[in-house]
Amino acid sequence: MNINRRIIYLLVAVVVTVPLIIKIAMPVRVSPPVQLAYDKLDELKPGSVVLLSTDYEAGTMPELYPMTIAILKHLFSRDIKVLLMSMYALGVPIGTMALDEVAAEYDKKYGEDYAILGFKPGLNVVIVAMGSEIRDAFPTDYAGTPLEDLPVMKGVDNYDDIPILIDLCSGSTLDSWVMFAQARFGQRIIAGCTAVMATSFYPYLNAGQIEGLIGGLKGAAEYEKLIESPAVATSGMPAQSFMHILILVLIIIGNISFFIERRRKRRS
Amino acid sequence: MVFFFVLFFIPSVLLQSITNLTAFDTPNDAGGSITITWNVATELQTGGIVRYEIFRSKSASGGYENIGIALSNKTKYVDTSARDGMDYYYYVVAVSKEGETGKSGIFGPVSSTLQWFNTKRWNVLVILVFLIFAFFFYINLARKGIKTFIRKIPGLEALDDAVGRSTEMGKPILYIPGLWGLTNVTVLASLSILRRVAKKTAEYGARIMIPNANPLVMTATQEVVKEAYLEAGRPDLYNEKDIFFLTGDQFGYAAGCDGIIVREKPGAIFLLGVFAAESLILAETGNSIGAIQISGTTSTLQLPFFVASCDYTLIGEEMLAAASYLSGEPVMLGSLKGEDLAKIVMILLIIVGALLTTFGVVDITGLFSTG
Amino acid sequence: MIMFERFPLLVTFFTSLLIILGFFIPRAPFGDIQQTLLVWVLIISGFAALLGVDSLLRLHIKRVTSRGEGWAYSLVLILTFVFIFGLGVFSGIKYGTAFSLASPFMYAYTYGIIPLQATMFSLLAFFITSAAYRAFKARSIDATFLLVAAALVIIGRVPIGGMVWAKLPVIADWILDWPSMAARRGVLLGITLGAIGTSLRIMVGIERSYLR
Repeated sequence: MNINRRIIYLLVAVVVTVPLIIKIAMPVRVSPPVQLAYDKLDELKPGSVVLLSTDYEAGTMPELYPMTIAILKHLFSRDIKVLLMSMYALGVPIGTMALDEVAAEYDKKYGEDYAILGFKPGLNVVIVAMGSEIRDAFPTDYAGTPLEDLPVMKGVDNYDDIPILIDLCSGSTLDSWVMFAQARFGQRIIAGCTAVMATSFYPYLNAGQIEGLIGGLKGAAEYEKLIESPAVATSGMPAQSFMHILILVLIIIGNISFFIERRRKRRS
Repeated sequence: MVFFFVLFFIPSVLLQSITNLTAFDTPNDAGGSITITWNVATELQTGGIVRYEIFRSKSASGGYENIGIALSNKTKYVDTSARDGMDYYYYVVAVSKEGETGKSGIFGPVSSTLQWFNTKRWNVLVILVFLIFAFFFYINLARKGIKTFIRKIPGLEALDDAVGRSTEMGKPILYIPGLWGLTNVTVLASLSILRRVAKKTAEYGARIMIPNANPLVMTATQEVVKEAYLEAGRPDLYNEKDIFFLTGDQFGYAAGCDGIIVREKPGAIFLLGVFAAESLILAETGNSIGAIQISGTTSTLQLPFFVASCDYTLIGEEMLAAASYLSGEPVMLGSLKGEDLAKIVMILLIIVGALLTTFGVVDITGLFSTG
Repeated sequence: MIMFERFPLLVTFFTSLLIILGFFIPRAPFGDIQQTLLVWVLIISGFAALLGVDSLLRLHIKRVTSRGEGWAYSLVLILTFVFIFGLGVFSGIKYGTAFSLASPFMYAYTYGIIPLQATMFSLLAFFITSAAYRAFKARSIDATFLLVAAALVIIGRVPIGGMVWAKLPVIADWILDWPSMAARRGVLLGITLGAIGTSLRIMVGIERSYLR
């Protein structure tokens, strides 16, 4: 039996949208990689400066933006300072949007509690340059203010002064961060990525090259649970759950019809 | 008495709070850098040190300048402003909210030099030399006329057939090289396969369309196709307008390619290159119009999607071996044999490493560190 | 003539040799050579972007002027290109950078590009369902293993899996952590060796189908 593609697509549309409209609560179980990420950030001393690289663009925003918000809430609630940068030109405005939103909520000031370094092309070149001096890669912040004039940058020169780097990525930027910042400079890294990418980063987690991994909307929902602030990701869980069930049901239907057909063929 | 003791004791702790100050030439670098490390009494570390200040001078007796600070959780500083060959002296001061709380002794003289070899990478050098040896050993054997057996790769065997069947149906051929640029070796492998596909296309007199996401790849694909048409003796059929730039934006590119697939209904679609999330969007659309699809990529994440939606998939190294496989030249095939030898050695190393680690010999992993 | 043909191969060989040396020799100029060359690549690709724009616009302008099939869409493309490009230049001048959140360029990005890209990305939900429906059939013993593993991961990775049976997420994680990881590592090692082999072939000029 071959179900028409259009019927499958219609089912998908219904199963995704309905749970989003009628809000159903669903318990979220925190998985070890997310717990690790949370613990590592939770152990930081108040006043430490972390580097957050929002290496994703609009396409993967639905998965990665809720994660960005949850992490920022966690950091700001613990008075940890944040430096934002991106390896993609259009990753900066997305990160800025998230920063503006959360900073307002926690009453954080630009320049004192956080700063936006901006975007610089060159990926590996930038990562290596920041190993000796952040100011080599970013002499000024995104608005052109010299980093010297930002109180948050005082005593922050290179990876030695950044206890943890958080890379939220939709592509292979994490490979570069691990290859250069981690392997070369011993920078500790926590990563967040889309659900599809997550499996490919497990080897890094097992090898200790990254110390925590938040995968997809599910990971974001788990993080929201850890900081006790359920938001967009948590409310997306029922849709995702039902969607997975739909796929499972379709696979079962496909197999049943496959067996019936095979038996019919054998008889004839 | 106790009071007296405390009064006397504290300052002495303060004075010796930073111990074992050492400065040395930073190893494996291009010079100009000295690493300074120190130890600190734990009671002081928990007792409110805000930062360390590092002082440097060219003479032991005086003229010290503050050259930088280290955070309270560090006991290391890398001075990158040293001049090679010049003697320096250092000391470190711990600073708390109240001010100076501890000071180290003076260490020196120390000077920086540049190094000719990164000693942490000797293991990579050994592996590299071995690989090059294996590579040329088999190439040499091939030159002497010893035949190399290579298993059939169905995806590559099907290339000509796909072009042929598409032409029979009177439909164009779509070749999608992915989003990545020429610096990626997989993209170069894709160009090798394109050469074969384009040559067949020219021989059959079919039409080939190549939407590009990278301008440099666009010029390369144009050159490769032009050359292949020339080789096939049909330069008249070459149409540069069919090999064009679409957009560098990931999903814009996917949308553009999907549009072409739906409008032009190609008979054969080749998805060969580096792909990300757009892989399934492209492959499922191709599948929905019933095109013969041959895909290949080194992006392990996208392989399951291609396997589910395409007729043939070149998995990882099959894609990289394509140029050698298609050329059939003994020398190129010989080089593949070299890779196999390296693979056997690697498997043996993994087994030995796993066994040794199981029996508690863990030092072996250090041999493979480039730390 | 032979020299002319060999020249690109010589450039390839010596450039790759320099980069390999740079990996082992930290001192100047070797240590920085890879970074320097990467910067060159960036500069060249910057200019190459013009080639792309040229190709794109030429194709569509031709289609509009010759009233080719779908010329109206081409016109939309050209107008949008000019409009967004203009917005970028204007925002760059007025706000210092086009990427300032207050700029009209970013307005177009936030309310145009973001939803469009998210839409394309979400198509995956549809395609993954139809692909799964087609692909996961118990045709053979191997395929059955694959099917069972996939089903366990699909259900174990979402909250409802844990609600059905608390062990399901654990099983799903185990499948990802061990069997799946082992296979992935195997494929990766093969790819890496393949990449080294291909690089060596390109370096010594055995593989040159990318050249003229």
